[in-house]
Amino acid sequence: MSSVQIRDVRKSFGNFEVLHGVTIPIEDGEFVVLVGPSGCGKSTLLRMLAGLENITSGTISIGDRVVNNVQPKERDIAMVFQNYALYPHMTVADNMGFSLKLRGAKPEEISTGVKRAAEILALTPLLDRYPRQLSGGQRQRVAMGRAIVRDPQVFLFDEPLSNLDAKLRVAMRTEIKELHQRLRTTTVYVTHDQIEAMTMADKIVVMHDGIVEQMGSPLELYDKPENQFVAGFIGSPAMNFLKGQVKVNGAAYFEGPNGVKLPLASAPANSDGKPAVYGVRPEHFTIADDGAEAEIVVVEPTGSETQVFAKLGGEQVVAVFRERHLFNPGDKVRLKPDPGLVHLFDDSTGKRLNS
Amino acid sequence: MADIALAPRRAKTEIREATAWEQLRHNRNWLGFWFMLPAMAFLIFFLAYPLGLGIWLSFTDTRIGRVGHFIGTENYEWLWDDAIFWLSVFNTLIYTFIASAIKFAVGLYLALLLNERMPFKALLRAAVLIPFIVPTVLSALAFWWIFDSQFSIISWSLKHLGLITQNINFLGDTTWARICVIFANIWRGVPFVAITLLAGLQTVQPSLYEAATLDGASRWQMFRFITYPLLTPIIAVVMTFSVLFTFTDFQLIWAMTRGGPVNATHLMATLSYQRAIIAGQLGEGAAISSAMIPFLLAAIMVSWFGLQRRKWQQGESND
Repeated sequence: MSSVQIRDVRKSFGNFEVLHGVTIPIEDGEFVVLVGPSGCGKSTLLRMLAGLENITSGTISIGDRVVNNVQPKERDIAMVFQNYALYPHMTVADNMGFSLKLRGAKPEEISTGVKRAAEILALTPLLDRYPRQLSGGQRQRVAMGRAIVRDPQVFLFDEPLSNLDAKLRVAMRTEIKELHQRLRTTTVYVTHDQIEAMTMADKIVVMHDGIVEQMGSPLELYDKPENQFVAGFIGSPAMNFLKGQVKVNGAAYFEGPNGVKLPLASAPANSDGKPAVYGVRPEHFTIADDGAEAEIVVVEPTGSETQVFAKLGGEQVVAVFRERHLFNPGDKVRLKPDPGLVHLFDDSTGKRLNS
Repeated sequence: MADIALAPRRAKTEIREATAWEQLRHNRNWLGFWFMLPAMAFLIFFLAYPLGLGIWLSFTDTRIGRVGHFIGTENYEWLWDDAIFWLSVFNTLIYTFIASAIKFAVGLYLALLLNERMPFKALLRAAVLIPFIVPTVLSALAFWWIFDSQFSIISWSLKHLGLITQNINFLGDTTWARICVIFANIWRGVPFVAITLLAGLQTVQPSLYEAATLDGASRWQMFRFITYPLLTPIIAVVMTFSVLFTFTDFQLIWAMTRGGPVNATHLMATLSYQRAIIAGQLGEGAAISSAMIPFLLAAIMVSWFGLQRRKWQQGESND
């Protein structure tokens, strides 16, 4: 186990720069999730960490060693690929023991290592099977087993769950997290699914267009997104954004679209009349007599909660309630955001305005 | 109720029996047969009939212009004692073995080379196919000229380099003639092997190599443990065809040497042609051709076992 330091790393393909100076400190034993939409550079960064792509500038170090020019096999990392990349002509045991075999380990040594990893992942009954004879989840576990056998300093996961069906994905998510709690190996995990990021990470790094938008613990990102991108990316259903102006007229409030009046706990200094974006998470709406009037468009009950799509000042917003409401489309309700939990963003830069 | 059910009713209208012709037209089983007929006819007329006729001819003393009589295995007994026949068998085996082995080695090498990232890849891949596109007789004529005893460009070059003083008698010397025809066959056969193996190489997922890189495999280990095992099914197919084509080769030899010098390059196919068509002994020629069948069957059996689905190819495919 060791820490990983990514310092001002840039990557260009020809003249096209895909990573514009990324700095991420990763502590020993930490589970870090790189998350972002497709094309944000997260997979490229992971492949650079693995040594499959070279580093245009900046440094990556594993432990105390700068690995920019270190061969992949000498970096002491193991990677789980999106399509698992299991060798189809080798049994599960051979797949898992391949790296040890190449290292010149003795047969007994290989079989001990493979058995240990197989026990951790409950793969022992499958050791003689070929990848084709396994289900998606089992293949996923073999891919992890192959990584565990090597006992590396760092685990790298490249969207490992995207080929699984929804139910299995949830199960494997828990399994990977549990595995990390047991082994405490430094892990870098790439995904585009913010729920995976939220549920598994010690630290989330939100990337967008080749830069780091924000990093922090899952709840930090949820509670205090530094900008509008992170606010919209983290959380499901996504945060509602309403454009308008901050008004400080005695008490501070926000004038939303079509003059709709929305509450603010406090206004940032010198912000009277400033155009801004008002962000409120769906779960932070309540129904109150002093709320803003909204017209119900669609109601989606999921059992545990009710998602309500409504027009607020002409803009569609989504609200989530734990209690069951029997609304009909066209009904008028009064929605009130919790003023202590709303977010204000700069209209032009998208930066967070309130503390 | 019971009365009604029990009393059998007379059929009111008489059902007309379908004629045989109508049955042939509408019956689903016959319909299947009609759809199969064109393919079946094609196979029977162009494959089964000539093969059967050839084997039948080998048991007769048919000559060109004269209907033959059944003479049992006399043709084969005759061949058993024919030294030239045995020489042609020997030549064919040597020719097939050496040419196929080298075609495989060179083809695999080229395939691996063309699978690399390099400039003008598409152009180079197309260029490799050239020997395959040129008509055999044309390339044979070119080789005939290259290996000509007087005007050979090889002899000319070597003489000008001062390495030899006399022309090499490429097609006049038994050993040289064998080397030359084998060389020409390899030149023609390599593209087929190379392009087919290249197609096989491209089905190997690139992520397997990435995984192997991280597992610490050297380039040779990647080939040995990943590329080669994954390529074995396609190697079995391509080498079966390569061996069959080489064993039955006729055009190249006939255009270059006609079996000479002193029958050193006579293959079974060329000898059969010489005896059957040139000399007019259709029966004997057919017997030589038929004698190739056991060898070809053996080659097919080898590939049959080579082509069996390997254990790792079996089972469910979920992706």
